[in-house]
Parts: sequence; structure tokens; C-alpha cells
Amino acid sequence: MECVFGLVGKDFALVVADTSAVHSILVHKSNEDKIMLLDSHKLMGASGEAGDRVQFTEYIQKNVALYQFRNGIPLTTAAAANFTRGELATALRKNPYSVNILLAGYDKETGPSLYYIDYIASVHKVDKGAFGYGSYFSLAMMDRHYRSNMSVEEAVDLADKCIVEIRSRLVVAPPNFVIKIVDKDGAREYGWRETIKDTQVPAA
Amino acid sequence: MSIFEYNGSALVAMVGKNCFAIASDRRFGVQLQTIATDFQRIYKIHDKVFIGLSGLATDAQTVYQRLVFRHKLYQLREERDMKPETFASLVSALLYEKRFGPYFCQPVIAGLGDEDKPFICTMDSIGAKELAKDFVVAGTASESLYGACEAMFKPDMEPEELFETISQALLSSVDRDCLSGWGGHVYVVTPTEVTERILKGRMD
Repeated sequence: MECVFGLVGKDFALVVADTSAVHSILVHKSNEDKIMLLDSHKLMGASGEAGDRVQFTEYIQKNVALYQFRNGIPLTTAAAANFTRGELATALRKNPYSVNILLAGYDKETGPSLYYIDYIASVHKVDKGAFGYGSYFSLAMMDRHYRSNMSVEEAVDLADKCIVEIRSRLVVAPPNFVIKIVDKDGAREYGWRETIKDTQVPAA
Repeated sequence: MSIFEYNGSALVAMVGKNCFAIASDRRFGVQLQTIATDFQRIYKIHDKVFIGLSGLATDAQTVYQRLVFRHKLYQLREERDMKPETFASLVSALLYEKRFGPYFCQPVIAGLGDEDKPFICTMDSIGAKELAKDFVVAGTASESLYGACEAMFKPDMEPEELFETISQALLSSVDRDCLSGWGGHVYVVTPTEVTERILKGRMD
């Protein structure tokens, strides 16, 4: 029931993910951040098996950092997407990762981009993408309302529309979502959309 | 569901008078869901050899990357481009290497050989070459494509007529297949030029 979706706007890209960590019928937590900052200008929203998701995205994050240390310049979004695909493809017939990824990034030369990377390592550059059961609602919503070169307000509005659809139509809809944005100023958290707040446990 | 039908595809290549045409559909889907409608299935290896890869998208991307690598090495060593017959043998050998754990893709190879004689062939996922003098097909829409091509094909067509014939054969076949379609991508190659055209068909 994990929902990840993303879209490209005018000089920015947006990725939205739900924040529930679920095992079978139990919700462990409702504020699990599934969108990782790969570097200053890249976001990786991931959905799939919990262990694979964390392990694989951290592995990609550390390798992206290593490239920058070794070569002095950061990877482009396309290069990071192809590197991710390569790792998934190599592991596919040995020890496959069950992680679906939406990689969003901003490059000075080419602007914003979004890559859809399947768990079986199919990669495609897209303007809008989504994974999970939520994709049936969010993709349809984006097909209807998306235009190229949307402003941040319009894009977040569209993301909110998708979240409303998921909440109202998905049987086990996740309660909380996080929105992250990447543009020329970098990758950062934009906001949360919460309906359930985790209670704070007092420190012992 | 068969692994070859996971992504859905349609590919056809036809021989004309001193020219060939190779065409594909543009859908990138995951079973019943369409992810993108601008997926590239036909790749240029060099000016006179094109390969289309149908079947599982991740394996098509992997096989394409491996073939480009092998061809670039060949170009460095031999200081010339590969002939289409040689390239077909390379693809066949590459696929048979994985005989007991195959790549789930079916290539369609088209090229201009010695004296610009058109060459087309297809093979199954383990590299069994199928040479033909008229047309070859692959993908989920292959059965429809066989029928359409058999009905519409004439030998020794000029490039313009060949383009019309291959386009009509492709569009009418993918309209009967739910897993392929969303437009067409046609390359018509003569000894002097390569024409690339996008077809607009039924977008469903």
C-alpha cells in the first residue's frame, strides 16, 4: 500500500511519498521518510520491501558521494539513474532488490528531470510517474491536470489532489505523506500532509 | 502471465528496393498499466544497422548496452563498422551465452550489407536466427503483425511506399493488442539517408 509519485514542473521536480512503515497488519510508524536526498540536487523516492529499500538507497547514496569525492564533480541525474539501473540489473539474477524508485534531480545544463526505475531495472525518463496501488489514482489525476512548466504552487496543488484521491479511494490508504522538492537551490523537504500525528514518548 | 508479456511490445522490419524499414510501437507498460508513451525500442548501432528489442524492457536495455559495448570495441579494433550479418551473429551468440538463464527479449535486426543490400533477421530469446527476405516481426502483437505484413507486403517497394506499408501493418496490428500501441516509431533507411517518423495511431 506504499504510494510514491512525482512530477516535473518549471525548473523543479517534486516527489511525494507516504510515510507509513507497515509489517503485515501492524503500522510500526507513520513518519518514516522514504524520500532520500542522494546529494545536494537529487531526490530518490523509493517503495518496496523495507530492508531492501533502506539498504539499496543508502548504497546508491554513498556511491553517488564517492563519485563526487573521486572525481570532484557531482553525477548528473541521468548518470545517477543509469548507475542505479545498473546495480539493480546486476543484482536481478543473483539477489534481486524489491525496490521501485523515482529519481528526481536538477542539473544546471538540462534542468529538472524525473526517472522511473522499476524493481526489475527498467528505466525511463518521465514527466510524471507513480508506484504502488496509489499509482492507479495519482497517475490518473496527473494525466488529467498535469501541464508542462507548472509552477510550484500548481504542482503542489496537483499533488494534494492526488493525495485526496488516494485517501478517499484506496482501502488501506496511508494517513501521512511527505513532499520533497528539488530545484536550482537544491533538494529539500517541502512539507508534510498529516492526518495522524505520532505521539511523542517522553524520554526515560 | 508470461514474462514476455510483462511490458508489451510490437516490432516489425521490412525489406524494400535498396532500402529497409524498421518500426516499433511506443508503449512502456507494466502489465495492465501504461507508464509512458514515448518508449524507444529501436536503436541505431551505426548508420546502416538498426536493432529493435522486444520483450522484457529491462533485458532489452541490458542487451542493448552490452551490444553497444561489443560494437564499440569492434570499431576500435577493426576500424570499421560491423556488417549486419556479423552483428546478427554477435547478437545470437550473446543471447545463447545465457541459454540456461536467458534474456527475455527478442531482437529484430535490420541493416544494409555489402553493396547496400538490405538484410533483416529476427531471433528468439536464446539466439535462434531467422533470416527472411521480406519481413520479420516480434513482440506481443507478432501474430497480428504476421497476418498484416503477409497481406500488405510486396517485393521491391520504394522507400515512400515501404513507409506506408509498414506503418499500416504496424498500426492495424497493435490496435488488436492491448499491450502495445500508443503510436508508432518508423525508421526508413536508404544508402544515403535515414528518415525517422512518429506515427499517431489509436492512443489506447
